[in-house]
Amino acid sequence: MANPWTHKAGEISASVSQSRREFLRSLTGAACARPFFSVSSSVAGPPFASGLQSRERRAVVVTFGGGCRDEEVLTPMGQQNVPYLLRELLPQGTFFTHVENRGILGHYVATASLTTGVYETFDNFASVPPQSPTVFEYFRKDLKRPLHDAWVVAPSNGFNRIGSSDVRSFGPGYGAQVILPKRFLKQALMGTTGDYTRLLQDNYETPLFSPQVEGGKVSLDEFTELLNLSAKDFVTQALTLSSADELSFFVAKRLMRRYAPRLLWITLHDMDVAHAGCYSLYIEGIQRTDRLCREIWRTIQSEPEYAGKTSLFILPDFGRDSDGSIGGNGFQHHRTGDALSRTTWMLALGPGIHANRVVDRPVEHLDVVPTLGARLGFDARMARGKPLTELL
Amino acid sequence: MLLQIQVNHFKDYPPEARRVATSHIELLRKLPAAFTPLLLQQIQAYDWRFPAERRDIDRQLTFLKSLAEAERRRLFTGFEQLKLPAQLLDVKWIESPVEFSEQLSHHLWTTGQIDAFHQASEAYLKAVFAAIPAQPPTTRRLGIAVIGKGVERNTYPLFRKLRPYGSRFTNVNPANGLKTLLAHVTDRAAAHPSSFDHWYIDGGPAEKIEQPFLTSISYHGLAQNRQALLRKTSSAIQNGIAGPKELLSLLHGMKPEEIGFDMAGPNGAILSHFATSLLTSGSGTQIFSTSFVQWATRELWRRAQPLTMLARFAPRQRLRPMNELLSGDEQTVEMDAPGSLIDADMGAYYMWLEQQRLSGAEQSSFMIWFEDHAEALVVSPSLARNTESNARVDMRWLLAQTG
Repeated sequence: MANPWTHKAGEISASVSQSRREFLRSLTGAACARPFFSVSSSVAGPPFASGLQSRERRAVVVTFGGGCRDEEVLTPMGQQNVPYLLRELLPQGTFFTHVENRGILGHYVATASLTTGVYETFDNFASVPPQSPTVFEYFRKDLKRPLHDAWVVAPSNGFNRIGSSDVRSFGPGYGAQVILPKRFLKQALMGTTGDYTRLLQDNYETPLFSPQVEGGKVSLDEFTELLNLSAKDFVTQALTLSSADELSFFVAKRLMRRYAPRLLWITLHDMDVAHAGCYSLYIEGIQRTDRLCREIWRTIQSEPEYAGKTSLFILPDFGRDSDGSIGGNGFQHHRTGDALSRTTWMLALGPGIHANRVVDRPVEHLDVVPTLGARLGFDARMARGKPLTELL
Repeated sequence: MLLQIQVNHFKDYPPEARRVATSHIELLRKLPAAFTPLLLQQIQAYDWRFPAERRDIDRQLTFLKSLAEAERRRLFTGFEQLKLPAQLLDVKWIESPVEFSEQLSHHLWTTGQIDAFHQASEAYLKAVFAAIPAQPPTTRRLGIAVIGKGVERNTYPLFRKLRPYGSRFTNVNPANGLKTLLAHVTDRAAAHPSSFDHWYIDGGPAEKIEQPFLTSISYHGLAQNRQALLRKTSSAIQNGIAGPKELLSLLHGMKPEEIGFDMAGPNGAILSHFATSLLTSGSGTQIFSTSFVQWATRELWRRAQPLTMLARFAPRQRLRPMNELLSGDEQTVEMDAPGSLIDADMGAYYMWLEQQRLSGAEQSSFMIWFEDHAEALVVSPSLARNTESNARVDMRWLLAQTG
């Protein structure tokens, strides 16, 4: 059978990458012309060369999801939607212009693939664990890290099994704790009569479906104990927030302060409202995600346990269908598997990571886990990707 | 692999679909098992398809019949090379091709063959269209998008995506604008009388029209059907439907009469099935009027391939939580006019893109107008691209530029 990743698709992806680079060059000026401009600035803390041991290093991964196109982020028209990413964060980090996702373009299965470094092939809507060991399992097993050192904060559509695989010799005993904030919010609201439901919507893929998420291991009481917050205060706080992603960030911040996990994975999802077909709502989601990424980076810089020790990886789980894809409906979905919906970007910041650097060579989503392994000191031995040398 | 298809496999097809399938049974037996149910999925709904769709199906069948054995094998090489499990290569799918399509899609994605499938499909369609080109339209196609109803002031830069292709006018006299547009499309329908060739879509209540060949459909006009659909989905969820995929299957299997459509009249069945499909296969169309209008324009250009389309976007409801939306209670709905203008601006661009994919695209015209305001843009063979004019013009003058 012919290679499904056709030459044509490769050309399109390369073209996308080229246009990104040109845009970034215009945005950051001379910096892009100096590919090895510098390692981390003082803002980002001391570089690894200063003697930071891998066991002291921390990592936060943020999926800029669920799914956004270049059109709304990296093109001249789209740049206004992500001012913090482009003006504040990009100059501090290394930007990969061509990151391919050759797997299934569903949010849970794609995020699971990101966490395992293997293209997972299960049904996106099934409540099943990843089929290969996750980054959390490698991390905890190899480095003998305790349960509270790896966390996932995610939207509630099926992500409750993402913390660990069921692979023999790995599995839940080495997995991450998974927090689905909306699930707990729903539990906290049971029996109340107020209009507290506005944050519960999820699974934009099928806008009419509101799933009952089951199978979580953490009860509401345990959750509030974990956050050191009463259920009432949790609800009160949630009602001041504008979206589910804001809630996820609030929870992540509490976790960082309470447990300072060395490995934290935050899955943002607001922009996937695009499935409802409303462009303005999709754009609002991107703008909010942009702002939250800055907040996450600022939190990292302001928390003593994190400052100077933590790398931040920001990347979309995949793109969305291009306007020119006949089988799709533009930004609304990610169903065609066209080259543009598979080609995204990644920004990495932190100690030891070159600032203001652009990398054009094609890399894959699968490379994230081996890269984390190389930086944190574990062996992602069953992952299919390769460590990104530019970040080591 | 080929399928041993028998006439009784079509026994549950509607009458016209059964006739078409039965009369081509010898051909269907010679097509690869990975392809046949996909063709039958089109044929199965033959009774409710628009005339243009029927012509497309007939065209495919004519082309396939004309091929020699070796040519046919060459055409379907891509489909033959797909690796499908035995359960997908079964004659039972002839009776339920829609289910086959859903399962095939899942298999192709999970096995990494979706790109190979797209290539096979594109090669097939390219060969069909090359052998039997689409007929040119009987007159220039015209698309008109009216956006921004209810917006008094706007700071969003409109028409950005369309500007490279057309002339922008910033001093349009908006007086009687909608009335003039409706009169124009009515005249076109009278001049080229043919069923389903002229459409008026409205995201709010439709304006009154009295031209039998100008078909209209509106978001408000389907309010009862939308509410019936939401009640059914809500009930299915409360009764423990397993998940999103099951809900999608439920929606795809929904019949017009189940959500209150009247199938009477000469075109009642076709229109009811089309309207049902807008609500069941379109994402967000049940909830947001802007999504409804955009999806309707997409589907109509693709399926009915009309000569005229006037689409008027209206304010959609503000984004609210799903449980509230599922209630179907529109008494307390708040509208989001500024957001709807942005949605409609993009929706109009998509409308134009779809129009460009039809025959005669190079001669077709498109117009977008910010309702009750002085901004419009016209894409027409007679106008320069990427230009702007502040000359005082009215709607009649703009329409004259569309040919």
